[in-house]
Amino acid sequence: MFNRDRWREIFETIGKNKLRTFLSGFTVALGIFIFIILFGLGNGLKNTFQEFFLDDASNAIFIYPGRTSMPYKGFKANRRIEFKNEDVEDIKQNFPMFTEYVTPRITRSELTSFKNESNTYTTRAVAPGHQFIEKTILMKGRYINQMDLNKKTKNAVIGRLVAKDLFKKEDPIGKYIDVGSTVFKVVGVFQDDGGDNEERYIYIPYTTRQLLEKSNDKVGQIIVTFPKELGHVGAVAFEKSLKKFFKDKKSVDPRDPNGIYFQNLTDDLKQSQQFAVVLQLIVSFVGLGTLIAGIIGISNIMVFVVKERTKELGIRKALGATPRSVIQMVLQESVFITAISGYVGLFLGIAVLKNVGLSLEEYFIKNPFIDFGTAFAATIVLIIFGAIAGYIPAKRASRIKPIVALRDE
Amino acid sequence: MIQIKNLHKSYKMGSSSLHVLKGINFDVEEGELVAIMGSSGSGKSTLLNILGMLDGADEGEYILDQVPIKNLNETKAAKYRNKFLGFVFQSFNLINYKSALENVALPLYYQGIPRKERQVFALEYLDRVGLKDWSTHLPSELSGGQKQRVAIARAMASRPKVLLADEPTGALDTKTSYEVMDLIQKINQEGKTILVVTHEPDIAHMCKRIVLLKDGVIIEDKKVDQVLASAHV
Repeated sequence: MFNRDRWREIFETIGKNKLRTFLSGFTVALGIFIFIILFGLGNGLKNTFQEFFLDDASNAIFIYPGRTSMPYKGFKANRRIEFKNEDVEDIKQNFPMFTEYVTPRITRSELTSFKNESNTYTTRAVAPGHQFIEKTILMKGRYINQMDLNKKTKNAVIGRLVAKDLFKKEDPIGKYIDVGSTVFKVVGVFQDDGGDNEERYIYIPYTTRQLLEKSNDKVGQIIVTFPKELGHVGAVAFEKSLKKFFKDKKSVDPRDPNGIYFQNLTDDLKQSQQFAVVLQLIVSFVGLGTLIAGIIGISNIMVFVVKERTKELGIRKALGATPRSVIQMVLQESVFITAISGYVGLFLGIAVLKNVGLSLEEYFIKNPFIDFGTAFAATIVLIIFGAIAGYIPAKRASRIKPIVALRDE
Repeated sequence: MIQIKNLHKSYKMGSSSLHVLKGINFDVEEGELVAIMGSSGSGKSTLLNILGMLDGADEGEYILDQVPIKNLNETKAAKYRNKFLGFVFQSFNLINYKSALENVALPLYYQGIPRKERQVFALEYLDRVGLKDWSTHLPSELSGGQKQRVAIARAMASRPKVLLADEPTGALDTKTSYEVMDLIQKINQEGKTILVVTHEPDIAHMCKRIVLLKDGVIIEDKKVDQVLASAHV
């Protein structure tokens, strides 16, 4: 292996058989290159998918009020259901084991202005737990807290794009904005992976919203999160008992499909996770297929190379080369070429993926990447198979009697 | 130098087998220049291949320089070839991507001689066949006669006990053939044992002894008066 003379012999052979060297090197480099590109793009597709579907917390149940469609317990149909603060408290008290955060959400659209800039934004009046349901990421300042609720403060947390629209380059923290003719103090700026629309919200304490609307205690909708350990089955069971409790409390017929709506995100999650599994399978399949194609390519080249060298190997044997030295020479040369060109393909592929970066985002491929371990392993696999593919014909060539190899065609 | 007793060899051709050598007996002393003659199919090349350990015999005894050549595995055969034998082929069999010098140095590589020494040796042997100035040329840049002289230099470089030449002039014109034979005669005069397989009578008469093969047996084995090739060049 570390025989300097043998290496010199190999380098000489490589240098003087450029086409052969190029062919086998090119096959390996191309195989690895395509593998990395396809695998990376597949990963990019997966990223896009995750951004689309896995932005919000998946362990949440949304409860919306509606209108009843059946008469029940003396109430007639078409009655409007409304949620109140006490409903939120009731959930907390009746399902302490199953709830993490319970928050109301009152949604209003308000004309908002700062100095000369104004625009209409959606305000969401919420409790602190809402931050974890939307996976809101704070860039500056803080979120709505319990003290805001207790004191019904006029504090607001604004989205990144709201800040950009209204404040341009000014720092919004501590400034006052006008939200639907009421002045709020900006205490935080947030971003959200869910996209632009999610960053155009303004969050305020729900108690403040109720105060502004004539001190009522109405709540638009209620969002409940449950511990992830419940799993899909537990979540469905929890939803069922929550439904029963709520319909009973609001005197809605248990068979009434309207009245109160429940949306359990765990259902979506299950579907999207299945989709993610399928996507992963496709990506792996594409990668494996490319790798197999690469292996077949390098095997063909190796068989061809050894075939082409049969006569030369015969001459070498007649001059005193042992079978072992023939195999070693062929293998060492092929492993050397595949290793070098394999890593050339590897780094070219990674470089291209890096450069593509975000430019393919409109084709649903975001941030394509391949982890180095996978790329490295694929290269090793190709080198090993190249060596095996070279070993079999080399072994056969080394066994051929020199007289057969030297026979004139 | 070479002792052969009752040598048999047959080749399987499908279901039937072809008996090529049917009991060959002959000895070669050191310093002899022997021509093995015969029409095609007489078994002369098969005999040379067995002598050259490129092929194994089915039956019989072969002793080369007091070493019995028997039951050789590939590795051992390769070592013996490298140590005892030099080959010259009809089609030269030079490695086409190696220069004349590198071709001559190749058997020395398999003897494990260091690179610098190899090159000095190889150049010396190229000089002896009159091709010192062509050492960096590839075989494709050489004429047929030059190629065969490189091949002879290569065969001599490993300093073998016996030189085996299989139709060394088969691919050459008459004039070039005589030049090559002149070279072979000179090497022989320095004391090297040489066996030449040929079907050309004029080439055979440039040797000191002619062994005539027919249908796998020796039908004639005689010493001849050597015709010097230099007289014809």
